[in-house]
Amino acid sequence: MTAQEERLCGLLLQEHFGEVVEKVGTHLLCNGNLNLRALVHETKLPLDLVKKSVCVLVQQGMCTFCTGRRGPGAPVEYQICGEKVLHMLRYPRYIYTAKSLYGDTGELIVEEILQRGQMTMSNTVSTVADRLTHNMPEGQCMDYSEVVTAFSRLVETHFLQRSAPMTPAGSSTSGGADSNPPSVTEPIQPETNPDCYKLPYINISGKGKRTRSDDGDAEQSTAKKAKTDNSESGDEGIYWQVNFERFHLHFRDQAIISAVASKLDQTSSEIVRTMLRMSEVTTPANAAFTQALSANEIFRSLPSTYNIARPILDQYLTLLVDDPVCLHIYSQIHATSFLMTVCVHLCSLVGLCHYLAMLCVRFGSRSARIFRLLLRKRHLEQKQVEDFAMVPAKEAKDMLYKLLSENLVQLQEIPKTPDHAPSRTFYLYTVNQLPTARLLLQHCYKTVGNLIERRLYETKENKQTSEKSMIITKIGISCSTTGRSPLSYTKVCVWSTCPKTLQVFVCSLHLVKLMSVNNCIDNCNRVLFSHGSSNARACRLK
Amino acid sequence: MAGKGRGIAAFTFNLEALGITRGSMPEAQRGPTPLFPQIEYKPGPLKAGEEEDYMRALKQEMRGRMKDLPFNIKPHSGKRDVERYKDKYTSAIKKIEDGDWTPDWNSLPKELKPQRKIIKKKTDLKKLKEMSKKDKEDLLSKLDELEKRGDDKSDEEDEAKVEKKGDGEEDEIEGELEEEEVEEDNDYIASYFEDGDDFGAGSDDNIDEATY
Repeated sequence: MTAQEERLCGLLLQEHFGEVVEKVGTHLLCNGNLNLRALVHETKLPLDLVKKSVCVLVQQGMCTFCTGRRGPGAPVEYQICGEKVLHMLRYPRYIYTAKSLYGDTGELIVEEILQRGQMTMSNTVSTVADRLTHNMPEGQCMDYSEVVTAFSRLVETHFLQRSAPMTPAGSSTSGGADSNPPSVTEPIQPETNPDCYKLPYINISGKGKRTRSDDGDAEQSTAKKAKTDNSESGDEGIYWQVNFERFHLHFRDQAIISAVASKLDQTSSEIVRTMLRMSEVTTPANAAFTQALSANEIFRSLPSTYNIARPILDQYLTLLVDDPVCLHIYSQIHATSFLMTVCVHLCSLVGLCHYLAMLCVRFGSRSARIFRLLLRKRHLEQKQVEDFAMVPAKEAKDMLYKLLSENLVQLQEIPKTPDHAPSRTFYLYTVNQLPTARLLLQHCYKTVGNLIERRLYETKENKQTSEKSMIITKIGISCSTTGRSPLSYTKVCVWSTCPKTLQVFVCSLHLVKLMSVNNCIDNCNRVLFSHGSSNARACRLK
Repeated sequence: MAGKGRGIAAFTFNLEALGITRGSMPEAQRGPTPLFPQIEYKPGPLKAGEEEDYMRALKQEMRGRMKDLPFNIKPHSGKRDVERYKDKYTSAIKKIEDGDWTPDWNSLPKELKPQRKIIKKKTDLKKLKEMSKKDKEDLLSKLDELEKRGDDKSDEEDEAKVEKKGDGEEDEIEGELEEEEVEEDNDYIASYFEDGDDFGAGSDDNIDEATY
């Protein structure tokens, strides 16, 4: 974890879970594995608060624990996963994706599970049904079974998965001791569980609908109590969590599809979409290529609405295969069928586009041109850069040095003679992709952190005025609903002078802008991150 | 080289070979860079549209909701000097919040579970011990007396008597000792549980309910 990431994690934790959890979380982030006693001692927080915070972090899937790392009988040690904390930035995007794929029900399911970290299926279904019913017009209500189908579809497409059963300390160490002496109970990956995507049987379907009219709090609470009393739905202890990896894969696929759409055309992007969809569940998350598909298979699973005839599909496929620059769709003649795989590293290309765009914004399009040139030609001398980029020598030098000082471009010395004399040395400029991506990612984290801090500052500065305006609007609403004379309202309105309202408006505008910037950057972040990780994977493979 | 005096940069090579001319040297920097430097290029426009707006609204709503969920842990408010009217309501709200979420203790390490407070029997051990000391002294003095008296009288009779008396006394003592032992056992258990619970201030706030 870099300092920027730690800072951002702290801010996010504070925003979502409060100061105490933030303190515990950042301490865990900074110090790695810690046991409870050390945690309490070093954070100087009351024991019960630390316990609660750790519970919250474990519940949210951000914290894992293992026993016996320092020999048998050692205390349980906790560690936090910073990456999962950073996922919080992206929660709205996950929810929105679920909404666009599975409608309101899917949205609410994902939202509830994200908010609570992990939930049992029955609990989720009942909560979501309640919320949907609450939003429906009077007399209508949501059927549990509908929510159950939405839930099962989310599970089928691997957007939800069972959370790994955490083995409580002590019981497992004795079992593991026989097989391997060091017997370290590491946190288990959810994928190792064979039942990871298996739905449990729940007998919640029999209950059907539940009307929940908003008559009064008392009725609601009694209803709630009644519900909790007979909540023996048969899936206690089976918790579900959001499969972030799957969401990221989905984002990646979307990026590929849009890239194809902008490079070629809509139809070919639809073909690629079909290919990706066909292999989305069967391909492991970190594979470089999708499963091989035959042209026949692709043809069969194309949606009938596109009306693509078989010969045209073949033409499109050859087009995709032949595309020299961007598409890494490989074909193999395998027996008789035409096997296609989509290179998932395509997303590295998307990543490249992203940082080119960033460069454009920051240093102008001509610097971006130099950068692109270096990317394509790998190593260039300064003279060559000036010539190829078709930029006046002086400006090109300026830009190149600027890029160099920002660490976006690297300089390599190759001496002709062993004395390293500059006159007898080649100075080659190169772009090193992976470090550059990392650098930009760190910049992004820093920006997001700054944005959050700025937002906090703005809200703090304008707290009084914004609260006042809220009160005034409330009074206005109550005046209009109760039918009282508008005279009192005008009296109230006098409070808020013109500059004040302007201030409130400006402030809210600022906040809106800050948040949308946040979203944009997060998008960029995600691409860069996936680019970085996929590149790293590629390097490891090589 | 030799012709150049002191204080003039003396490179062993021609600077022009690197493409640096006299005019192209950057200006020397004075002081740290400004906090908000001038931007050369204007940033691009923000993405706009329904999608972005919706996501922004979601984010805002989420942030608001997370504040109300039981996962948002509030620090202990300091001990109040004066009892306030609103305390009643805040504590009631807190109770509701606490009852809202019970983690599945099966999937968590045991140590995280708040311990049930063991209700200690309030017994004054010191007093008891003192009492027993006094009793012992009394007993001893009594025995001494009896011994003195026993010299005069016939042995066997007295012995029986003393034994009878002594027995009675001993019974009492034993009873007391047993009580003491019981108390000590109790004390031991309490302190054992305290051990995990005692460090850190405010551990008294562990309510016996294992819920929050």
